[in-house]
Amino acid sequence: MSFEIPTISYNGVIRQITVGKEPNCVTVGGESCYPFYLFEGAMPHLPRIAMEVYDAPPEDWPQAALEPFADVVHDPAAWAQKCVGSYGAEMIALQLASTDPNAQDTPAEKAVEVTKKVAAAINVPLIVWGSGNLEKDKEVLRMISERCAEETLLLGPVEEGSYKALGAASLAYQHTIAASTPIDVNLAKQLNILLGNLGVPDDRIIIDPTVGALGYGLEFCYSVMERDRMAALTQEDERLQFPIVCNLGKEVWKIKETRLSEEEAPLLGDPLKRGVLLEAMTALLFLLAGGDIVIMRHPDAIQLVRGLMNELMGEGV
Amino acid sequence: MALTGIQIYKLLPKTNCGECGVPTCLAFAMNLAAGKAELSACPYVTEDAKAELTEASAPPIRVVEIGAGTKKLKIGGETVLFRHEKTFVNAPGIAVLVTDEMGNEEVAGRIDRFKRLEYERIGLTLRADLVAIKSVSGDAGRFEALISKAKNETDAGIILMTEDPCVMETGLKVCGDRRPLIYAATRENIEGMATLTKKYKCPLVVKGKDLDEVAELTKKLTDDGLKDLVIDSGARSIRNAFEDQIVVRRGAIQKKYRPLGFPTIVLPCEMTDDLMQETLIASVFVAKYGGIILLSDLQGHSLFPLLLARMNIYTDPQRPMATSPGIYEIGGPNEDSPVLVTCNFSLTYFIVSGEIEASRVPAWLLVADTEGLSVLTAWAAGKFVGDAVGISLKKCGIMEKVRHKKVIIPGYAAAISGDLEEELGDWEVMVGPRDAAHIPAYLKEWSA
Ligand code: B12
Ligand code: SF4
Repeated sequence: MSFEIPTISYNGVIRQITVGKEPNCVTVGGESCYPFYLFEGAMPHLPRIAMEVYDAPPEDWPQAALEPFADVVHDPAAWAQKCVGSYGAEMIALQLASTDPNAQDTPAEKAVEVTKKVAAAINVPLIVWGSGNLEKDKEVLRMISERCAEETLLLGPVEEGSYKALGAASLAYQHTIAASTPIDVNLAKQLNILLGNLGVPDDRIIIDPTVGALGYGLEFCYSVMERDRMAALTQEDERLQFPIVCNLGKEVWKIKETRLSEEEAPLLGDPLKRGVLLEAMTALLFLLAGGDIVIMRHPDAIQLVRGLMNELMGEGV
Repeated sequence: MALTGIQIYKLLPKTNCGECGVPTCLAFAMNLAAGKAELSACPYVTEDAKAELTEASAPPIRVVEIGAGTKKLKIGGETVLFRHEKTFVNAPGIAVLVTDEMGNEEVAGRIDRFKRLEYERIGLTLRADLVAIKSVSGDAGRFEALISKAKNETDAGIILMTEDPCVMETGLKVCGDRRPLIYAATRENIEGMATLTKKYKCPLVVKGKDLDEVAELTKKLTDDGLKDLVIDSGARSIRNAFEDQIVVRRGAIQKKYRPLGFPTIVLPCEMTDDLMQETLIASVFVAKYGGIILLSDLQGHSLFPLLLARMNIYTDPQRPMATSPGIYEIGGPNEDSPVLVTCNFSLTYFIVSGEIEASRVPAWLLVADTEGLSVLTAWAAGKFVGDAVGISLKKCGIMEKVRHKKVIIPGYAAAISGDLEEELGDWEVMVGPRDAAHIPAYLKEWSA
């Protein structure tokens, strides 16, 4: 260039966090620049896409999302195997939705059992995600943490109200924690400080900023993630220098526009392609804002995002 | 970037005559720097100083207008790198391509979808903005025919695509009055294109093989008096195009590097053959600084997500879009109609009122003041709680408008029902469905 490209002086680096156990672990993080700004820093690890598996057959999924898994929804282990075998999943995210007291209220023992089965069926790292019910998550995730000690899981969501119980468990059994706060830079930072004070090592924390779908609050999450990264990379904010996980599949596939048929909404085109693009675009925008792990649902959406991520890394499809 | 008060002061007459309304030139300069005064208030600034000050106070990225009338599109004018620093102001124009090598049906289909695919959301109409017409054959007659068709059938902004100035002029004769965007001036045809641009007073795309060449060409054109330029960096790999967008934006904003101080055009239609992938690429450039995004085709399932992405990225991050609180009558309700309550986050209001309308059950909707927060967010922030919602219900006058004593609250706000009942006395609080999509079924069952 005949003029000097204005660069940014980064003074921080995102920590590298390894999830899962040898030899099937993956490392995320390590960025020394904004997402995909490879001309002025490095992204040593490509962001990862984790595929969702549910602990009970989903009842309210749109047809487009259900179809690829119709043969395995009754068996989480087979489901997980299909994700890895047929779709090349690099990580599995087991969503314990049925443990929610407002859903089936599946007992913690049962959740442990499912987790063990799924873990045994795959050779990629396992993320285990609670229902979001604070009290139940404390019980369920804590028991999983103890009884699946040999698995080295990524456990979430760990919130302000549950961090003591769950942080201690991570400490004792070497699991990684998804520290979850509602779309706020200061809250994210605060929870990471609390986890640090509890003694949770820095190489076992991943930030969950809480996300909303495209058209349903995405803009707030996008900006909070950008601000997280800005603080971590340019303002030496040491308590924000962690990778970010976005649990977005379940947000996208619950919005109305992933459910309408072509007859109901002729201007919205093909329901399958529409759902796939809504999910892929939500994921891609979060990757551009700083996501390191995105939890997704539809194989076609995953395929699209993977292709684009490779292009952004300059590696072609 | 912008000049400081002291820098401005040096350019003023320094006579302290006071005619501008403040006692000294320095005070006036300070006001100018702070955007609190207009340069025209001083009758004595020299022409040279005026030119320098106007130049210095111009936005780092020029605002370029394409099209005429109500469908005029404004791009550029951005002042930040990240939306949370202020806001992104002029959303990228979305364009669809038609060429003179496409069959009639294909062209008609694209134009038809361009016109039809329109979505109401949060009180706004979301749609594509421009039709790009490309001469592939080089035949001026075919180009002319295609342009006439697009011009007659839509009132859209137009991009004319050919690197041959003669063919371009044929096109400009047809639609020059629409202020189309001329695509493109290159090193080879720059003189011809510059002449046309002046003659027809249209904006012009400058296409280089890289940004160095672009900067060289824009300099040449601005020296020649042309200002309404748009940049095509020439990159067609996603990686390079992404990088170029960032360099252009940073160059303009951080360095105020004038040769790159223009909006850009990106061409996902030349980056892949797959519409799904193409649309996803387009979303990258919605986030990262595209000024115009040219697509090969528009389908409902591809355009809708892209328009949502554009709306999300370009909303003002400083304040959520809010609806005025109060009672809304939907479908002509009477004294036996149901009463529903929601928050005043625009997105929520439009979703909920849309569903009530779809149910065809006339109803009263009370929009409570939650300062633009969604139901759950407002609940968590203590703004959609029993006493607050109760007070709004009592104050808004709805209690005199209906004979029954029932109010429906959002399913996600079930937790407030006890407090709300207490606040309302003899009213019954009914917990509605969580998802607004289930409101029609719920209302059809409802009885006073
Ligand atoms: C975007 C967002 C924000 C944005 C605000 C956006 C806004 N304008 O409200 C910001 C970043 C500012 C924000 C802030 C906070 N947030 Co917030 N936020 C979200 C997020 C991601 C999406 C919200 C949204 O836009 N929803 C879309 C709208 C359309 O939904 P809705 O209003 O609920 O309407 C639907 C239904 O309720 C129903 N409905 C609506 N009205 C009615 C009426 C009737 C009669 C019926 C039947 C149905 C019905 O229809 C709609 C469509 O189905 C959610 C998480 C999520 N994924 O949902 C968290 C979430 C709501 N936030 C949360 C929290 C805790 C907060 C904070 C308190 C955090 C903090 N301490 O700072 C703050 C509070 C704000 C403050 N202090 O000022 C929590 C709430 C937890 C809880 N269950 O209590 C959530 C759930 C995240 C989480 N999982 O932790 N948030
Ligand atoms: S009118 Fe002009 S010359 Fe007079 S005080 Fe104001 S700035 Fe100075």
